[in-house]
Amino acid sequence: MSSDDKHSIPTDWKTVVDTAAIDRCLTRMSYEILERKDSEGEVAIVGIRTAGEFLGRRIHDKICEIEGKEIPFGVIDITLYRDDLSHSSEQPMLKATDLPFPVSGHRIILVDDVLYTGRTIRAALDAIIDFGRPTCVELAVLADRGHREFPIRPDYVGKNIPTSKDEFVRVRLSEMGYENDGVYLIQDHSI
Amino acid sequence: MKTMGCILYKTTLFNEILQEHGKMENAALQEAMTGNKNIAGTPSLLQGGAKKLEGVERSSLCYPDHLLSIESLTSEQLTQLIESSNSFIEISERELKKVPALRGKTIINVFLEASTRTRVSFEIAGKRLSADTINISGSGSSMSKGESLLDMARTLEAMKPDVVVVRHRAGGAPHFLAQELNKRYEKLAQRGQRVSTRTAIVNAGDGMHEHPTQALLDILTLYRKFDQDMKKISGKKVAIVGDIRHSRVARSNIWAHFLLGNEVRLVGPPTLVPQDYLGAFAEGGKISIHHDLESGLEDVDFIMVLRMQLERQEGFFVPNLEQYTRLYCVTEQRVRNFAKPETVVMHPGPVNRGIEISRDILEGERSLIEEQVKHGVAVRMAVLFHLATGRSSEGGES
Repeated sequence: MSSDDKHSIPTDWKTVVDTAAIDRCLTRMSYEILERKDSEGEVAIVGIRTAGEFLGRRIHDKICEIEGKEIPFGVIDITLYRDDLSHSSEQPMLKATDLPFPVSGHRIILVDDVLYTGRTIRAALDAIIDFGRPTCVELAVLADRGHREFPIRPDYVGKNIPTSKDEFVRVRLSEMGYENDGVYLIQDHSI
Repeated sequence: MKTMGCILYKTTLFNEILQEHGKMENAALQEAMTGNKNIAGTPSLLQGGAKKLEGVERSSLCYPDHLLSIESLTSEQLTQLIESSNSFIEISERELKKVPALRGKTIINVFLEASTRTRVSFEIAGKRLSADTINISGSGSSMSKGESLLDMARTLEAMKPDVVVVRHRAGGAPHFLAQELNKRYEKLAQRGQRVSTRTAIVNAGDGMHEHPTQALLDILTLYRKFDQDMKKISGKKVAIVGDIRHSRVARSNIWAHFLLGNEVRLVGPPTLVPQDYLGAFAEGGKISIHHDLESGLEDVDFIMVLRMQLERQEGFFVPNLEQYTRLYCVTEQRVRNFAKPETVVMHPGPVNRGIEISRDILEGERSLIEEQVKHGVAVRMAVLFHLATGRSSEGGES
């Protein structure tokens, strides 16, 4: 793919974390996940579609490299577990959930791009539990922008980004067809 | 002559319906029968004041308000429904086969004609999505007391189900229901009354008209067989063999293959393959009629064998079944000789073993029949999910 085919980032999006910094964040988070010894069960990485899938895959690859062995990886789509399905007039797009390992007995690391209200994570927890009983579930996010509406906190954070409610945080990755990775801060009027 | 045949065909359907429901408005039904695009194709979603779901990928596409026919879909809608159905397959393979997506939604299955697999798969689909499903069958319902479709529409509107799945022996019945409901919502809106639930109608087979979810599951089966790539099932040749005259499955499949840009061959004896189909479908895509299996199957990629409806055949449309079998039974040898080595064979079921399709095909490599049954639930989950969500009531709170 030539650079002409890539999606471009609007000029008024402010870069908060760039490609190199994202990679450093993910490396640090991978070590933190391995260092936490108090959790039992074998580590399994589960990415939340769409961006969380790619970030989860990167963390998974880093951990496999550090440990020198393969660990389980899965992807979940939380669309069917949302609490706002009947309130939105937009059509959500469903992609398949794929957890190719038994959830029971594993220490699940949920990976998402941006942590905001916590509602997505609430839905993801419901989805995971439908597949079995993990020994524990921990949460890793690339960016935490605050404004939680549920009692949910992340265990591993790439970057804390203080925001106001009318701002947006977006993560764009090379896997999604962009030239560079980036975490961007956007003012409401530009969406 | 061809146009005459076409008109005659439609008139017969009208009479069939009118006899059954004397009160129905002729003009409305005529419109429902012929101009169903007006009802089914109305884009209503994704417009004005929609609350955005943050951080979720959304389709940029409008689903129709009702699923009445394949004819009224666009190729984008077909693609999206197939891709979405594909994602629902996984749920039926879980240990805990239930997701909370349609919790608190009501689905009524109205089956006024015999059906096992369609009714059961709609019911399972609804239950796996956590909706409350209620079944009404012909003999136990007020329809057997002579309730008209119009009254049924009113009753249903008053009970506020989110989706009504309808199988009816009269072609156009689901269109009529959808149109009546839409009219009532319009009237309520004009009076300034709030419409809390807009009921979506799903056609689960109407007379000899269409059976859209069957066509969707047939396309899903092909999609999964060919690397989950719509491009690999587009621009191909498909032969539909057998009793096309009585088949709503054939009609829905013809439209679906047109949407994919496929060439359609209708194969069967002259009595079972109406000549006027060429006129009725000619504008939709490439279609031809073959009365011998050899030219019909030549070079085709997909074969769809239809069920011989034994109860209404012998001595009327075909002299006898032995002769039909001798000329049109799809066998491994014939597929190998006439079609391609990799040609696949489908059948909507139930199968008449050794009559329209041979045992060696059923048990062989090229049969996709088991997959078809397996995919029925996933397709119906996708249809119910998309029709029951994303339809905001006015003034929706967050």
